[in-house]
Amino acid sequence: MAAVQETIDQVKSIDVTEYKYGFVTEVEVDKPAKGLTEDTVRYISARKNEPAWMLEWRLDAFRRWKTMTEPTWSRVQYPPIDYQDLYYYAAPKTGASPKSLDEVDPAILATYEKLGIPLREQEILAGVAPENRVAVDAVFDSVSVVTTFKEELKKAGVIFCSISEAIQEHPDLVRKYLASVVPVTDNYFATLNSAVFTDGSFVYVPKGVRCPMELSTYFRINEQNTGQFERTLIIADEGAYVSYLEGCTAPKRDENQLHAAVVELIALDDAEIKYSTVQNWFPGDAEGKGGIYNFVTKRGDCRGKRSKISWTQVETGSAITWKYPSCILRGDGSRGEFYSIAVSNGMQQVDSGTKMLHLGRNTTSKIIAKGIAAGKSDSTYRGMVSAHRKATGARNFTNCDSLLIGDQCGAHTIPYIEAKTATAIFEHEATTSKIGEDQLFYCQQRGLSEEEAVALIVNGFVKEVLQQLPMEFAVEAQKLITISLEGSVG
Amino acid sequence: MLEIRNLTVKIADEDKQILNGLNLTVNDGEVAAIMGPNGSGKSTLSYVIAGKEDYEVLDGEILLNGENVLEMEADARAAAGIFLAFQYPLEIPGVATMTFLKAAMNAQRKARGEDELLTPDFIKQVNAAADKLGIAKDMLRRPLNVGFSGGEKKRMEILQMALLSPSMCILDETDSGLDIDALRIVAEGVNALRAKNRSFLVITHYQRLLDHIVPDTVHVMSKGRIVKTGGKELALELEKSGYAAYGEAA
Ligand SMILES: Nc1ncnc2c1ncn2[C@@H]1O[C@H](COP(=O)(O)OP(=O)(O)O)[C@@H](O)[C@H]1O
Ligand SMILES: [Mg+2]
Repeated sequence: MAAVQETIDQVKSIDVTEYKYGFVTEVEVDKPAKGLTEDTVRYISARKNEPAWMLEWRLDAFRRWKTMTEPTWSRVQYPPIDYQDLYYYAAPKTGASPKSLDEVDPAILATYEKLGIPLREQEILAGVAPENRVAVDAVFDSVSVVTTFKEELKKAGVIFCSISEAIQEHPDLVRKYLASVVPVTDNYFATLNSAVFTDGSFVYVPKGVRCPMELSTYFRINEQNTGQFERTLIIADEGAYVSYLEGCTAPKRDENQLHAAVVELIALDDAEIKYSTVQNWFPGDAEGKGGIYNFVTKRGDCRGKRSKISWTQVETGSAITWKYPSCILRGDGSRGEFYSIAVSNGMQQVDSGTKMLHLGRNTTSKIIAKGIAAGKSDSTYRGMVSAHRKATGARNFTNCDSLLIGDQCGAHTIPYIEAKTATAIFEHEATTSKIGEDQLFYCQQRGLSEEEAVALIVNGFVKEVLQQLPMEFAVEAQKLITISLEGSVG
Repeated sequence: MLEIRNLTVKIADEDKQILNGLNLTVNDGEVAAIMGPNGSGKSTLSYVIAGKEDYEVLDGEILLNGENVLEMEADARAAAGIFLAFQYPLEIPGVATMTFLKAAMNAQRKARGEDELLTPDFIKQVNAAADKLGIAKDMLRRPLNVGFSGGEKKRMEILQMALLSPSMCILDETDSGLDIDALRIVAEGVNALRAKNRSFLVITHYQRLLDHIVPDTVHVMSKGRIVKTGGKELALELEKSGYAAYGEAA
């Protein structure tokens, strides 16, 4: 109840019509002309001082992308994106790759502070127990502006830096693993990303190391008409463990902005990766104007025996979300998990879900997907579970629940199941419930206010997934969910 | 004390008037019954007292202990002591009955400026009240009313009434859907709550319930107003002659 109360107080204290992360930071930027040609790709690569192999790799992706067409199979609808009317690179002029916090533009530090993400290690250290520390990689438009706690992580042998830095400093690891999970031509947006990706995080946890703190990356889109093409690569070597969290916001703008990310996870024998996302991109206004188009390819490869990858996501933002974090269960005895809360309100459209591909023997997976739709929003869960001929003893449990608030929204569940071995056991449960005015009146008749009633019902609905998040983020996420649903009834 | 004067109500977005200048007084400690044919406006009356928004009050007033409740939100009316046992209780998905009960009790306490309940006290109260109504413990862990039978839902309404200890209890067709044993348990639950400072408005279509909850007063409702008032013998009379004498078919 304490958390519910906190949520309510939080909701009351804010102006509900305002997306509170919608401010713009004034910084001088460096960006090329609008549009996408081979020259744009060369420009990005040159700006990052990339080695020749990287440029070649990008150009190859770009040539392939030009021959592809945008997918149309999802349930989301949007006007055609003019890829020539976007900026593909924007970097703050000062400190494109600063060595220390002192070199970061104070306006940018202030931005992160305003977002509730202090970057000064001393400030983070004050009053925080070592096990609760979080190292942050802050990505502002197209570049990583700073990564905290690098030294401390290095002592443990953990590499945590921007992908740009990794290309310079750890080219062997990058060349070995980049696109080894999401091939360059996997899909239209992944190919585009391969050509023009700007920044993102790189993590390598060596054999037998348990990463001593939570790692997180915070993405901020600031510039107008600028696409953000994030590329993240996380490798957990044999017996390693890492928990990683990603957060995102963007200013309120009238036009739509594009975020096309590729995230690859690789877990070797007995390794475990926990990847959590709290996504709060600007969703657009009540009429559906503006907001982020979030087209993301996230895939984990349980390459080693008994390895484990777990995706947890809380999605409240974006005008359009197109996202299917997946697991390839290649190693025998490996396990994939997907926990998701997708909240949509206003005119938001969400088409999300997961894929669990069972390739190895005795592989297991679990999917818990909770969709909450309010306003005039539309939410689709799309899940695919498949077992290869050799995946004997594969097991999956899927639970997919939808909660509709009001009667103008929609929720759809589309499961695909494919078992090529008779020994696979797949279970699927799905429910749809609705909160209408009658239920809210019933709660009010018992003394609960309308906000308390919504918070109570929603918190009960999402509890199982929130429990998967690190504590501090669970509290944040719960607030975020309640705030996103403000004004959704009555 | 509940005083309703000249209450005139229509459906909010239709031109349909349902209550037509209804007058009714329920004194402290009184058990009043309202009987009337289906469609005469009994549920509407209970909803308007409790503050449901689908209705528009065109005229009249509702006073609870002298205070006009029409200006209050539904949750404020609940905190002021109004409780409605619904004819069709709603299902609250994902919220365990225990969690719901605690949230409701604490919300009302907070509205009245009282401290939150301590968990051990809360659990004791709930268990004692549930035992009396023959409600099994495992039901309290299930989401409120989800998949409950009609009879279980009605018992759950009385459990909430007992725990929230309201001063004005409205029971809308609590007898419908109950077999005779359940009816007896529910009636005993209600009788146990009868008190000097607590009033009841028992709405029913049939006399049967009033054999178990014996009213002080019986009102006959027809076409959105009270057309006759008498003692408990009026209920027996109605049972014999039906509602025809009041201009409606039984
Ligand atoms: N929300 C509503 N919308 C439309 N008609 C309604 C609504 N509520 C009640 N009515 C109508 O008002 C009349 C009285 O209904 P009700 O109060 O439920 O009567 P009772 O409980 O005595 O059977 C009926 O004709 C019913 O159809
Ligand atoms: Mg009725």
